Amino acid sequence: MRNFWSILGAYLAAWAIFFVYSATVGRRLTRLEEEFRRLKDRAGRQG
Amino acid sequence: MKLGKTAWNLAWWAVAIALAVAGYTIFFVAPRELTMGSIQRIFYFHASTGISAYLCFFLSFLASIGYLASRQPRWDWMAVSTAEVGLAFDTVVLITGPIWAKPVWGTWWVWDARLTLAFIVELLYIAYLLLRRLSTEIDRRALISAVFGIFAFLDVPLAYFSVRWWRTEHPGPVIAGGPNNGLDPRMWHVFAFTWLALLALMILMIRDRYRLEAMRQKVNDWKAEEELGLDVAEGKEVTQ
Repeated sequence: MRNFWSILGAYLAAWAIFFVYSATVGRRLTRLEEEFRRLKDRAGRQG
Repeated sequence: MKLGKTAWNLAWWAVAIALAVAGYTIFFVAPRELTMGSIQRIFYFHASTGISAYLCFFLSFLASIGYLASRQPRWDWMAVSTAEVGLAFDTVVLITGPIWAKPVWGTWWVWDARLTLAFIVELLYIAYLLLRRLSTEIDRRALISAVFGIFAFLDVPLAYFSVRWWRTEHPGPVIAGGPNNGLDPRMWHVFAFTWLALLALMILMIRDRYRLEAMRQKVNDWKAEEELGLDVAEGKEVTQ
């Protein structure tokens, strides 16, 4: 297949961008969920 | 109806499998295009990603109008979520396009109407996200973003229809492009399947990004309440 590496490169670049973006959102979300839980626990302890 | 965490995880796995199947059909099922040869296979994810990106920007535009009409924060969350996901999709379009163009046009990039306007779309949505970082006051940020979001979207129909309105190096539309135009049925099936898989991915990404914005609001509310409580406990004057 001619230009196979170009096609594969474009295909992998696309999935890499989607993967990195989704992973970034996931990481930010996990961090916020942890912070929320911590704040909730602290408020619970303070009554 | 609320879906549980397991259901959403399953949805992510289903989309990952669908995208892998789409990849298989692009490389091994779609017929070889006669003029451009195999490099045309980039079309399946270049075009479907582009349509999805512009759909995201359209949703962001609607959400911005929704915010201006209602001043409900959830419209602002939707506007920023769809704009950011749209930007990720649009970045894919701007990377895969030149990889396709090089062997076909002999150059990575030309400043024709389509490519220039598509590039400006990308810049406008980067500016939209940067603009949001400039203001920490939530209502003001949402208002400015909504106005800018509506303004930024004006370039999207220009970019989309540029291949119909002007002579461009970029090829004209093959889908809904009028008589003597269109795709071979096998190509159409591969394209439709790839696009559906990408739409499903887009929905999951928007959902996660929206949850992130909603959670940020929750955390900010808790922090504000906590600070208010501390101020009251220390006997400071509290003003709203």
